[in-house]
Amino acid sequence: MSGHGHHRNYVKIWAILMGLLVVSVVGPMTGIPVVVLITAFGVALVKAYMVAKNFMHLDVEKPIVHWMMGIALIFMVLLFAGVAPDVMKDHGRRWKKDAGFHPVEAVGHTGAHGGAVEGSHRAPEAPTVPPGEAVSDATPAAPEGVVHDSTDSGH
Amino acid sequence: MSDAKTIATQRSAMNIPTGRLAVWWVLVSEIVIFGGVLVSYIMHRIGHPEWHEQAANTNMWIGAFNTFVLLTSSLSAVLAHQAAEQRDGPKAARLLRFTALGGLVFLLVKSYEWTTEIRHGFTIQSSGFWQYYYTAAGLHAFHVLCGMIIMLWVASTAQKNQELHRVENIGIYWHFVDIVWIFLFPLLYIAK
Repeated sequence: MSGHGHHRNYVKIWAILMGLLVVSVVGPMTGIPVVVLITAFGVALVKAYMVAKNFMHLDVEKPIVHWMMGIALIFMVLLFAGVAPDVMKDHGRRWKKDAGFHPVEAVGHTGAHGGAVEGSHRAPEAPTVPPGEAVSDATPAAPEGVVHDSTDSGH
Repeated sequence: MSDAKTIATQRSAMNIPTGRLAVWWVLVSEIVIFGGVLVSYIMHRIGHPEWHEQAANTNMWIGAFNTFVLLTSSLSAVLAHQAAEQRDGPKAARLLRFTALGGLVFLLVKSYEWTTEIRHGFTIQSSGFWQYYYTAAGLHAFHVLCGMIIMLWVASTAQKNQELHRVENIGIYWHFVDIVWIFLFPLLYIAK
C-alpha cells in the first residue's frame, strides 16, 4: 500500500469533474469555435489532469513513473509530427493521394439517433471512383489560379 | 542462511512495488496504442473537414452519460483503494464490484448505441470516420471489459483481506481507461 490517499476528498474531486463534464457538454452548444475548443478539449485536458493527479496519485508517484509517462507522450508527439504532413496534405513532391482520400459529395440524411443532419453523407458510402479510373478524375476542382500538380513542392 | 522465502509481490524496484511498477509499464504501452489511434484520428480529422458530417450522426448525450458512468466508477475505484489502505478488504471488494457494475452499464449503453448506428447503416465500412469511431471506441470497450474481469477477481481476494495491494493496481488501470474516454468523448461526440 502506498498510503498516499488519506487526505484527499475524493467525493469533492468527483463533484468538480461532474461540473467540468457539464461545461464540456454545454460549451460546444454555443457554436462559437473558440468556446467549443476550450470547453471540449481544454476541459478534457483539465479532467484528465485531475484524474491522473488525484485518483491515480501521479503527483506523489516516484520520478521513474513520471519519466515513463513523459517519454510515452513524447513518442505520441513525434508520431504526429512525423506523419501529419503526409496525411493532412493533398499532394506533395513525387506523391499524391488515391481517390479514397478525397472528399465525396454530401447528400441529405437523417442521423442515426433521430436528428436531421444537413448535408450528411449517405451510408454506407459508395466508392467515389470506380477501380482503375484515373485518380485525377476524383480530385475536387481547384480554385481558380491553383494548379494541382503531383510534382510541385507543396509538401 | 535464512529460510525466509522470497515472494515476488513483496519485492520492489525503483522503490516501487513490482506489481504497481508493472501496471505503469502496461500503461506506457497503452499510451502508445491509444495515442497512435487518437493522434492519427486527429490528423485525419483535420485533413478531412467533411468528416464533421459523419460525426454529426453520433449521439452526444449517450457519450456524456457514459462519461458520467466512467467518472463515477473511477470514484468508487479510488474509494476501494482507500478502504484497502485501511485494511478493510470487504469494503474494498464491495466498491470494486460497484466499479465493475459501472463498467457493465457503460458496455450496455455502448451496445445500444452501436446497434442503433449500425441499423441506420453506419457500419465500420461506411467511411473513414466510422472506421476510426468503431476502432477507437471498440478498443476502449475491450479495455473496459478486461478491467471488469480483473476487478471482479481482485474483489474476490480482497473480500478475504488478501492481496490488498492489487486494489490500487487495478484502480490505476481503471483510471487510465477513464482518461482515454475523457479524450474520446470530445473527439468522437462533440467535435462536429
